[in-house]
Amino acid sequence: MLGHDLRSDRRAVRRRVGLLGHASGLYDDLTVEDNLRFAARAAGHPVAAAGEAMVRLGLDGRLRQVRVGRLSAGQRRRTAVAAVVARQPEVWLLDEPHAGLDAAGRDLLDSIVAEAAAGGATVILASHELERATGLATRRLLVVGGRVIDGVLTPGPDPERPRADVVA
Amino acid sequence: MWRDARLVAGKDLRVELRSRVATNQVVPFAVLVLILFAFALDPDRGALARAAAGLFWVTVLFSAVLAIQRSFAIEADDAARDSLRMSGLDGAGIFLGKAAAVALELLVLEAVLAVGVVVLYNVSLHDGALLLLVCLLATVGIAASGIVYGVVAAGLRVSDTLLPLLVLPVLTPVLLAATRASEAALATVPGDAWPWVRLLAVFATIYTVFGVVAFGPLLEEA
Amino acid sequence: MTTTSRATRILGVATVISLAVTAWLALVASPADVNQGDAVRLLYLHAPTAWLAMYVSFGVTTLASVLYLWPRTRSRFWDLVAGASAEVGVLFIGLTLAVGSIWGRTTWGVWWTWDARLTSTAVLFVLYLGYLAVRRVPADPLVRSRRAAIVALAAFVDVPIVHLAVEWWRTLHQPATIFDERRLLDPRIHGTMLWTLLLSVVAFTLLYAWLLVHRVRLARLEELVEDHELADALAERRAEGGAVAADPSDNLTHAASGR
Repeated sequence: MLGHDLRSDRRAVRRRVGLLGHASGLYDDLTVEDNLRFAARAAGHPVAAAGEAMVRLGLDGRLRQVRVGRLSAGQRRRTAVAAVVARQPEVWLLDEPHAGLDAAGRDLLDSIVAEAAAGGATVILASHELERATGLATRRLLVVGGRVIDGVLTPGPDPERPRADVVA
Repeated sequence: MWRDARLVAGKDLRVELRSRVATNQVVPFAVLVLILFAFALDPDRGALARAAAGLFWVTVLFSAVLAIQRSFAIEADDAARDSLRMSGLDGAGIFLGKAAAVALELLVLEAVLAVGVVVLYNVSLHDGALLLLVCLLATVGIAASGIVYGVVAAGLRVSDTLLPLLVLPVLTPVLLAATRASEAALATVPGDAWPWVRLLAVFATIYTVFGVVAFGPLLEEA
Repeated sequence: MTTTSRATRILGVATVISLAVTAWLALVASPADVNQGDAVRLLYLHAPTAWLAMYVSFGVTTLASVLYLWPRTRSRFWDLVAGASAEVGVLFIGLTLAVGSIWGRTTWGVWWTWDARLTSTAVLFVLYLGYLAVRRVPADPLVRSRRAAIVALAAFVDVPIVHLAVEWWRTLHQPATIFDERRLLDPRIHGTMLWTLLLSVVAFTLLYAWLLVHRVRLARLEELVEDHELADALAERRAEGGAVAADPSDNLTHAASGR
């Protein structure tokens, strides 16, 4: 995956993957800025990447110096998204990313996803929001009870090149 | 690995800076223990002065357990531990970073306690450099073995009661060695501190190596 | 289902016989010690359990843990052996400390003394209690086994350091004690006493083996039960999925991340 053997070189793969799960994975005691800087540097990027992510998600104003523990649920979610953005991953794994965001936030997320895909990243998105997800996706899988029952996961032409796809 | 270690140490220390748990809770706890010992042992008959080194290190050990628990409690914040694992940081680096952060916190604690012991227990310092060396080596050993056991207990529901049971028996040689060496430094009991210092160095080395090797795999699973 | 087999029956019989002979030799046939009188007979109980506990059982636990962790030899079997051996080991150490304490009381008048060997043994006891605690923790079994194996190794690494530290502690600082344990375990014991001692070691080793085999098998059975329960749960879940898949326009269950 991404040119690395998943079994022997997990770390290198992880550096290039961004995960957004149900929990935020953020440190409550640290500020938004602290968290994003850590996320960026952990992925091997300069601190500036954190700054860009903050701007993109609208967190660079007053919220910058606020501790994550004090944020509202929506702001926290945005910070979690920003953490993924700051990592500049080549593969995005998003689990119900729209949950917890308001309408504006969802639109913002969609544009971020579209940008990422356009930039050559692969985005895998799991969602209950069928309309939104379908609008973004270039490929669709329907999963029920742990089984794929519709849609097709075609083997791509060159498995080592990151594919500019959104799989929903 | 070293870069990752610096990053993680920085992060842990920054969390401490912002939350001040060690300064507001662990240090006062340690001073409290010193005071409790004074109540338990009669100060008038010189028992405290003679036992000072031992009481110092016992207090450090108990406080270390708290510090280690705190180090991992940080990662329990909203699946931060998962995030740490997925971040691609080197396991060995994370170990060194966490151990370094805890060691630093403990050293600060020891400085405060040393003042406390000198003041409350009426002892005088004889060989400061030796004491410093002992503290450094012992602390590295405590931090290294502590973080190893900390990750073993991390994420388990019973981690708070399990950690002391695991880590304190392992630290008995450190307690012995540090106390005997400190006694020599405080001139309460004359003796040769150097074998003990060597023991502390060996312990610190062994557990640091162990941690560097074992921490990554241990973090993997939970 | 039972954990007995032909092998264990033979082993069991051998154990009982050797223990019986040992008991007879220890209590009746061998002479009382010149200095301690009959109390020396406790030696035949104390020494083998000590030896077995400290070297054999924890050695086995450590070795089994290494084998469990090593990818090429990894197998549930080693994990079970490690745990079983530690349990028997802790049992034996407890016995060692208890018998030793009684012996101490009758010969020296004290229940406990902080001499090097006793102290190290006590620390060892607590170290392995910690290991057993990890084995019983409520968590995923694979996670638990892996962590337990690492704890076993970390404990093992500590053992020589503990011995050394405690040894120095007692010799560099303790003034000469009234009782010298070394004199009592003098290898110059001869005659019936020596044979009794050797036989008791054999007898207890057999006992250890017998206990170990049964405990490992018991653990295996426990795992089988858990596996069955898991298989049942999975089957139920699949049945759910199958029923819903027949009508996809209704419930769309989002596949959870495989946990």
